[in-house]
Formats: sequence, structure tokens, C-alpha cells
Amino acid sequence: MVGFCITLLVIFMAIFAPVLAPYHPVDDADLMVAEEAPSRAFWFGTDSQGRDILSRIIFGARISLLVGLVSQLLNSVIGIVLGLTAGFLGKWWDDLVMGLTNIMMSIPSLVFALAIMALLGPGLINVLLALGFTNWSYTCRITRSQVLSTRELNYVKAAEALGYGKIRIMFTQVLPNIIGPILVIATLGAAGAILIEAALSFLGLGTQPPTPSWGGMLATAREQLFSAPWISIFPGLAIFITVLGLNLSGDGLRDFLDPRTSRRQ
Amino acid sequence: MIAYAVRRVLQFIPTIFGISLIMFLLLNVLPGNAALMAGGKQELDPQLIERMKKEWGLDKPLHIRYLIYMKDLVQGDLGVSFLRHEKVNTLIGPRIWPSFKLAVSAMLIALILGIPLGFYSALKQGSWLDTASMVVAVSGVSLPQFWLGLLLMLFFSAKLHLFPTSGYGNGSLMHLVLPSITLGVGYMALLARTTRAAALEILEEDYIRTARSKGLSELLINRKHVLKNTLVLILTTAGMQFGSLMGQTVIVEKLFSWPGIGSLLVDSIFQRDIPVIQGCILAIIVVFLVVNLTVDLLYSLIDPRIKYQ
Amino acid sequence: MEKSNMDDHGNLLDVQGLKTYFHTFDGIARAVDDVSFDLNKGETLGIVGESGSGKSVTALSIMRLIPEPLGKIVHGRVLLNGNDLLKIPMNDMRDIMGNRISMIFQEPMTSLNPLFTVGDQISEMVIRHMNLSKKESWNRSVEMLEKVQIPSPEKRAHDYPHQLSGGMRQRVMIAMALSCNPEILIADEPTTALDVTIQAQVIDLMMQLKDDFDASILMITHDLAVIAEIAQRVIVMYAGRIVEQGDVYTIFENPMHPYTRALLKSIPKLGNRSTSGREPLHVIKGVVPSLYHLPAGCSFYPRCSEAMDICRTDPIKMVALDPTHRVRCAHYATH
Repeated sequence: MVGFCITLLVIFMAIFAPVLAPYHPVDDADLMVAEEAPSRAFWFGTDSQGRDILSRIIFGARISLLVGLVSQLLNSVIGIVLGLTAGFLGKWWDDLVMGLTNIMMSIPSLVFALAIMALLGPGLINVLLALGFTNWSYTCRITRSQVLSTRELNYVKAAEALGYGKIRIMFTQVLPNIIGPILVIATLGAAGAILIEAALSFLGLGTQPPTPSWGGMLATAREQLFSAPWISIFPGLAIFITVLGLNLSGDGLRDFLDPRTSRRQ
Repeated sequence: MIAYAVRRVLQFIPTIFGISLIMFLLLNVLPGNAALMAGGKQELDPQLIERMKKEWGLDKPLHIRYLIYMKDLVQGDLGVSFLRHEKVNTLIGPRIWPSFKLAVSAMLIALILGIPLGFYSALKQGSWLDTASMVVAVSGVSLPQFWLGLLLMLFFSAKLHLFPTSGYGNGSLMHLVLPSITLGVGYMALLARTTRAAALEILEEDYIRTARSKGLSELLINRKHVLKNTLVLILTTAGMQFGSLMGQTVIVEKLFSWPGIGSLLVDSIFQRDIPVIQGCILAIIVVFLVVNLTVDLLYSLIDPRIKYQ
Repeated sequence: MEKSNMDDHGNLLDVQGLKTYFHTFDGIARAVDDVSFDLNKGETLGIVGESGSGKSVTALSIMRLIPEPLGKIVHGRVLLNGNDLLKIPMNDMRDIMGNRISMIFQEPMTSLNPLFTVGDQISEMVIRHMNLSKKESWNRSVEMLEKVQIPSPEKRAHDYPHQLSGGMRQRVMIAMALSCNPEILIADEPTTALDVTIQAQVIDLMMQLKDDFDASILMITHDLAVIAEIAQRVIVMYAGRIVEQGDVYTIFENPMHPYTRALLKSIPKLGNRSTSGREPLHVIKGVVPSLYHLPAGCSFYPRCSEAMDICRTDPIKMVALDPTHRVRCAHYATH
């Protein structure tokens, strides 16, 4: 629905950025036109370096989507692998993974990301790495519980007794059932990841100038808040709309998958 | 019920240990980095580096350092700041109250606005009130907090001159308004959504149908049966979501130049002041865990199914 | 409204042409499709049928507990002392619910609010209908718990639902339902979720209380044995319609509708194996039709062993074989 449309729009914007953007986000910097209000030439105005904000926002979509995609991919893989192994191998490994999951859930994502950034230092790659570890615990839990409940099914027990490999069970039984919920987690997780990346960039710990990331654009905007408010307004708006799109998509997906809400009765 | 409480408190301790271990490993796993980075990327005299290492105890192997850290930690000593030569405790101490004030006021805003919003949206499901509040709620969750803060600053501070732009202002209420709103909106939106989902679930329950069959008025059913069950249902989730509030405090503090633990954390990250970083993170997480623990204990008091095992 | 006397037909409750449909994504489900019956004072009327026959929905319709907008009572009248319950304002209906007509449900586990004591849940009803003080209504709760033979009622009243067993919870439901002296008690599969041994106890209890409270009972169940034991008259429902109704003896001794016959045949008889040897259990082949796609003719047609051609095409009307015995079957259609 609405969410999907917005998300698709943003993806489109990211992919076709070089075609869509009127100026180059980094190189077209003319100090003569610095901090100009929105005008015909510069639809969203210019920033303190004289760069077109609209172009930077269009290119910024690439960074945000990269963040969302990569971080969730990483989280999902970690979560699935740990969940599968915990469910199948059991015993001390299961306890360890569960303990780890509990601890991860006790640490707010932003704080955890900050800690990792403290370790690695600023930069986009480090941000991607940090965000790749923030919400694997949910995926892990779902995977593990699916593994456990699947193993309890009588026909699966029979299959195991017959010697069917665990891997086969994994692929035929467990994975199809968890794809849905994991997609929901990933979509909502991407939304969260983009917000965290923006926050980190805002603090100066994320993407570094002159990379056009939306959060980074807001970092420097603070000084010009009152003199050139458009520098603050548009990047934030971009983040807001993108995250909104992802959240709506995630919600819609979740409602779609929930048997109670997708069909009445 | 006492058994449950004791069990939960006992779980608390290994979790703290686990977290401190992970944090310690994370931050200290690259040896010697601290000295170099704290030097600010300048070419430092190797002798100076060695001296700094010794001073901060970085020359000892990792596990020894961890043991020293834990020994101090158990006594409540968070170590000494690399840069400022002060005890971390002294640095963190005066910042606890401002952070606490900010978090609590944000939380109050969120609770007082969020829960009723979610509750009434559920009762009036499908109405324009419901749709409107849910749009507001999902927006609230999607907003970058610092952007909201900037916007609030722009309009209320600069244009309307209602509230000061930033700073603590020696604890004046006016200074508290913008930061708390900025911080509270996200949590409020979360609570609204959670409450609504919970209330909708409760409304489908059999015992609500029984209540209706008894001829009770909708008002009574909503106020008594639906409300209490909803609150109990969201209690645990609300506690867990509080973590997002804690994380956001860091950003909001930095944005508004609020002298709390969060802004100290950000600064010390830039300065690579590892003991301070550890201390701040630990403090934040401990608070979160304590809140969760309280919520759990509260829950066991309120839900008779747990109280009378 | 005052407690009613019988209207001129001697009926307490008169259901006429009730139709309740559900609107879902899959279409319209005709859960109750033209159901008419009456309930006399002091009698126990049984409604029998498989899952999906519409018996529960009938009961919920009478109580106006159908969840809108999903479900809607599209047609019919439910007369209590001449007043159509479906037309009165909801506030007035609430005066009746629990007060003159009460209902107990199938799942005692989930039908009581886990966060309030059992005594509280009974007394809130008493407060609502009988205007007693808190203390008086609490005493009434304890009194009711005693009537349903719960030991140490004063203590049990302070218990929460999860602290009681299934059978006790159902007794609490019964106590609650009867606490305001209703004229009619609707029991929707009250014993299905209970252990067999407890079932008998609860049924006995209900019968005794029926006498004590001088109430009429509408007993909904799929268990024919229960009907045989406690009901005076019985209604057999299939796919949202009544297919046969009459007094218990007639129905059991002389079932007319093929469905009723098949139902009765499918009850295994104790001792049969020793007298007539091992036989496969008699089943009715086929499945209940989807309520979304009811056939034009008789709904039972696909599974009927006595089916005729006109059964498939023409809608079947209810025929009275004698004043008390009615069948909806083409075999008995008057000419």
C-alpha cells in the first residue's frame, strides 16, 4: 500500500540518482551560492558549501538504502544461523546463544551501535558493521522457536528417525515458515537502522563529509539553523519519509501475514 | 511470588556481568589503540606512548585488565578517565540528575499521552480518531528525534521565542520542555501503537463477551475489564521499549547541550576515553535493566496468575 | 420491564424467522438461515447439531451478542413476552441480559476475566441488575457459589479463575448466570470442554438449579445423550436451518428426517458388540456444506441416503406432522 509505494519511490530515486539529480552532490560546490534559500535553480536551496541540497538528498538515498539493506542482511544471516544451530544442536550451545540473545535484548540498539563505533572509529563501513549486529536477536529467537516446534512435529520426528538430514529439514520445514516474520523484522529493522545511522552521522560518528548522507547533512545544519533553516528541514524530511515508508511496509506485511487480520473470520 | 522475585533479581547479576564483559571486550580488544587515538592522530614520541600505556594499565594483558576492572567495578569504582585524570565516578556523578530528569519527564509525557491515545483508538477502531492517531503514532516512530528537536528549536525557540534553545539553565522548567518533548514523542508513539494492539486483542477475548452477556454497560466493560487487562498486557513490552528511550537520550542530550550522561558518552567516544565510555554505557544499561526488573516485579504483583502460583 | 407471564401462546420466548449472516472476504456465510422455534416456561429445550450447524450463532443472536459489522441479524423477531428483543434499544437489552436471559459459554477457561476474583465477577452483575450494595452483592455471590455446590464458598469467592479447576469454573459461570434469577438460561455446550466425569455432575447441577430457580433452559449441544437425559423437546439443526423439531421421545423413537436418523444411528450402542458382533461404526459420509455456498435445495442432499431429485432443486419447507413434530424434508411435503 502506501508504504510500499513510498519505499519503491525511494529505491527508484537511489538507483537512478545520477540521472535524477540536477547537480553533482559533492563536486558542484560553489561558495558563491552558499546558503541560498530554495529557488528555481536550487529547489531545496544550497548548503554552507554551496552544494545543491536536492541533489545531495537524492544521492543520500543511496546511502540510507545501503544502510538498511546491508545491516538487515547481516542481522538476518546472523540471526538465522544462530537460531538454526541453537535449535538443532542444543545443549550448551543453545544456552550460550540464548544467553547472548538475552543480553543483546537488554542493550538498547543505539547504545550498542555507539559502543561499536567507539571501538572502530567513525566512517560508513564501520556504521554498516555496527548496525549489522543490532537486531539479530529477534530473528534468532524466531528461527530457534520455529526449529524447536518443527522438530516436535510427528512427521519430522519420523523423518529424523529415518535418517533424513537435519539440513534437509532445515530447508524444507523451517525456512519457509520463518521467511515471512523475518521479512517483517528486516523491514522494520531497516527503518530503525536508517534512523540510527542518521543519528550517528548527526553526531559525527557515521558518514564523514563530504559524503551526502541525510544524517550528516543535519550535523552541520545545526549552526545554520536560524539563518538557513532549509538545510535542516529537507534532509530530515527525507529520512522521515523513507523511514515512514519502511515502517508502513513492515506493518502492512505483518498484518498481511497475521491470519487474524488478513482475512476476517 | 517471592520466589519469582528472588529469581529475577538473581538473574540480574549474571546479566550485568555478561554485559560488562562484552563491553569491556569490545572496547579494549584492540590493544594500544587507546593511547594512539587519544593522542589525536599526532605522531607521538614512542616513549610517551609507553608511559601513557603504563599509566592507564594498558601494558598488562587483556584478562588481567579485565580482572582489575571487575574488582574495581564490584566496589563501585568505574576506573579513571584517560584524559582528564579524574575518577570516572566523579565525572558521571553530577550528570546523573539531569539525565534522570530528562528521561523521567519524557517518560511521563509518553505515558500520559500515549496510552490513552492507543486505548481510545482501539475502542473506536475504524473511526477517524483511530486512523488519525495511528497516523500520528507511526509518524512519531518514524521521526528522527534530532530532526524533531531541530524543528522544535526552530519554531518554538527562534520564531516564537517561547523556550530557550538549549542548555540546562540550572534546572529551570523552561529548559526542560523542548528536550523532553523531543525525547518523549518517540516513546509515546510506540506506546500508543502497543496499547492499541493490546486493547484490540483484549476486546476479542471470551471474557469480554461474557461481560457483555451479563448486561454490563460498555463503559463499565471498557473501564474495568478492557483497561486493566490491556495495561497488564503492555506492561512488559513497555518496559522493553523503554530501552529505545534510553538510547535516544544520548542524541537529545547532545542536541540540546544537556549536561547528562548521554552527552558525556558522546564526547568521550570522540576522545577515545575508554574508561569513561565504559562507565557511561554501563550506567545507561544498568538503568535500563533496573527499569525492566521493576516492571517484571510489578507485573508479578499485578497479574494474579503469577502472584498465586 | 417486569418479569413476564406467558403470552397467549403459552410461550416464554418466541423466535421467528431468524436469519444471521456473516460478511467476510470469502463471501456471505449464512450461519442461521430462517430459524423459528419457541421456548415454554419451565421446559428444557435442546438444540442439537454438528459444528457449523448454526446452533451457537442462534443463541448469540437471541442475546444480541453477534459481533457487528462482521455479522448481522438480517431478518427475524425474537419475542420475549411479546416484545421483540431485536428491535429494542441496546440499553433496554442490557437490562434484560443477565437479568431475564442469561448465557453460559463453552470454554470456562477463557470466559472469565483472569484479573478479577470470581466473587467480584458475580457481584458486578448483581450490582448492575439488583441495585444491591457492594457488601450485599458480595454476600449474594457467596450464596450463589454455595448453591452450585462449591465447597468453602466464602473462601473461593476470593479466588482468581486460574486457581479453580475446569469443572469449578463452569459452576462459577452457572452461579453467575443464575445470580439474578433469570427466566431463561441459554447454555452453549456447557460441558463439552470438561472431563466426562465432571460433565455428569454439571448437568445434574443444572437440572437441580433449574427447578430451584424455576427457569427454562435452552441447551445447545452436539451430545445426543445429554439431550435424551434432560430435554423435553429438541431441535435438530443442520447448516443453519432446523431440519426437525419435536418432543424428545418422538424424535428419538421415531426420527423422520434422514439426518436425524443418521445421527441417531451413529451413536454406538453399549453392548451391541456382544449381541450383534463387530460392526463398523456408522458414519454419515460427506462433510457439512460450506455456509458460503449453500445449495439451492435441501442442504443435506449430498449426504442423504434417501435423496430424491426434487431435493436438489427446490427449497424445502417445514412441514408439521402433528402439532408438536415438524420436519423439513421433501418426503413429507403436503400436497
